[in-house]
Amino acid sequence: MSVMVEFEAVSKSFTVGKRQVDAVEQVSLSIEKGEIFGIIGYSGAGKSTLVRLINGLERATSGRILVDGEDITTLPESRLRHVRGGIGMIFQQFNLLRSRTVAGNVEYPLRIAKWPKEKRKARVAELLDFVGLGDRARSYPEQLSGGQKQRVGIARALATEPKILLADESTSALDPETTQEVLRLLQRVNRELGITVVVITHEMDVIRSIADRVAVLEGGRLIELGTVFDVFSNPQAAATKSFVSTVLRNQPTADDLVRLRRAHPGRVVTAEILDAGRLGSVLSDAVGKYGVRFEIIFGGISALQNRSYGSITLELVGDEGSVDALVKDLQAVAAITEVPA
Amino acid sequence: MNADWTLLGPVLVQALGETLWAVSITMVLGGIFGFVIGTMLYTTRRGNILANAAVYNVLNVLINIVRPIPFIVFIAFIQPVTLGLIGTSIGVPAIIVPMTIAASFAIGRIVEQNLVTIDPGVIEAARAMGASPLRIISTILVPEALGPLILGYTFIFVGVVDMSALAGLIGGGGLGNFAILYGYQRFNYGVTLVAVVVIIVIVQLGQFLGNWLARKALRR
Ligand SMILES: Nc1ncnc2c1ncn2[C@@H]1O[C@H](COP(=O)(O)OP(=O)(O)OP(=O)(O)O)[C@@H](O)[C@H]1O
Ligand SMILES: [Mg+2]
Repeated sequence: MSVMVEFEAVSKSFTVGKRQVDAVEQVSLSIEKGEIFGIIGYSGAGKSTLVRLINGLERATSGRILVDGEDITTLPESRLRHVRGGIGMIFQQFNLLRSRTVAGNVEYPLRIAKWPKEKRKARVAELLDFVGLGDRARSYPEQLSGGQKQRVGIARALATEPKILLADESTSALDPETTQEVLRLLQRVNRELGITVVVITHEMDVIRSIADRVAVLEGGRLIELGTVFDVFSNPQAAATKSFVSTVLRNQPTADDLVRLRRAHPGRVVTAEILDAGRLGSVLSDAVGKYGVRFEIIFGGISALQNRSYGSITLELVGDEGSVDALVKDLQAVAAITEVPA
Repeated sequence: MNADWTLLGPVLVQALGETLWAVSITMVLGGIFGFVIGTMLYTTRRGNILANAAVYNVLNVLINIVRPIPFIVFIAFIQPVTLGLIGTSIGVPAIIVPMTIAASFAIGRIVEQNLVTIDPGVIEAARAMGASPLRIISTILVPEALGPLILGYTFIFVGVVDMSALAGLIGGGGLGNFAILYGYQRFNYGVTLVAVVVIIVIVQLGQFLGNWLARKALRR
């Protein structure tokens, strides 16, 4: 795969009064053509600033940003405007023009790009069909639901046939069901139109639903980057772990452990599950082979990018040597962590 | 109390004509200049599409200097400009100069205040689509704020009618002059009342038209 967006040691700082805010610090990463790239981080982590650097709404303080091979950091504003035609953007608050109809909103970027009237009309109709709003062309934004507004936003962002779609918290103002609907649409944009999608969010669920790879930002710095599966199944940084725990509560928290310990005095271990593990067969042999009983006391398994993963916390009861032997067998099929007594 | 309307009638009509003339020209010229000032004020604000602290501060201070000066003092203050521009400082054309300048700054402030209410996200979206600042002004700022802008202009219109009443002071005629000269100074309350009614009608018509247009613009 080739690279669509390349950040090379990019920093962006703002001066507010006498104070300097480093919104993005020394970020290097590349976004591949045709992928859905997620960027996650807490409020103020610099996510919006990072995507706004891609279409030049913010100018980098230092470093280079290449969009489809072109260095946009040195472009003058007038040339940047042209580049922006090839990059669509959608927003948390939709940012539709209240004074224009749905069709008028979708047509707006085509006017900027100087499409002839006939082609504009056909394109608007085609786009509204794509997002399932063919019958609402003459409505005004205020007459639409949040999900419909965002679909208009997506149609508008796609109008000029961009190579990249930037989605800044595009589902944060929507309820869970509508969120899924919009995410599915973004997935179609990616798969059917081959558009590279950059999704910013503070919700891990959004990343889990559609992203291929994810970057975790904290305090303007890139702290973790990888496939969603790798980052989820093996989070390194504290912030990443806490994001992962918002969607996957398969690891007992410290509080859980205190409670569990009270009820389960035996040896407690947590087994990581990756793909279809053979944990079950090892456990089912445990009684016959070692005379060790087990209890499942915490855990969960879910799917991520079409692979299973999760963790199961077990209490093993039996004499010490036998339990040791069972743990060895378990270690052969899964990563095991001991929960201290 | 007995006014001779066969004599006063044509004078009233002429005064009405002078007022309408001065008010119309002021609204057109002041409307245009005011729009430019207001848009510049708004767009040169910090973080906005043409952010420019120098331009913003100069305009802002200028407005704050001009606006509080009572119009009657302003006419005198601006007299050299009036003289320089149209060669005389008396008559209807002469009153149009201070009226237009005062109206421009007042409208500038009103335009700025209405533009500020536009969701910055919408401007951001237009920028992201590659719109130039000029394009954003004409296709986003104006349409998005059209209803409130019309109401703002209507509000200023009433103030301009008020200003025009002082035209008589420099021989500019108009309804204010008519009311003072033929009503007040001749102790003819009936004449004053007629002038007042005519002014009320002008203001009401203007307000009505403004409300109607604004309603159309807001689609409600
Ligand atoms: N135009 C600006 N002027 C000054 N500071 C800014 C500006 N834009 C962003 N910042 C600062 O940069 C930091 C990163 O902001 P940014 O909006 O990128 O964060 P974010 O991760 O998108 O947060 P959120 O989830 O709240 O949207 C914050 O400290 C913010 O206050
Ligand atoms: Mg943000």
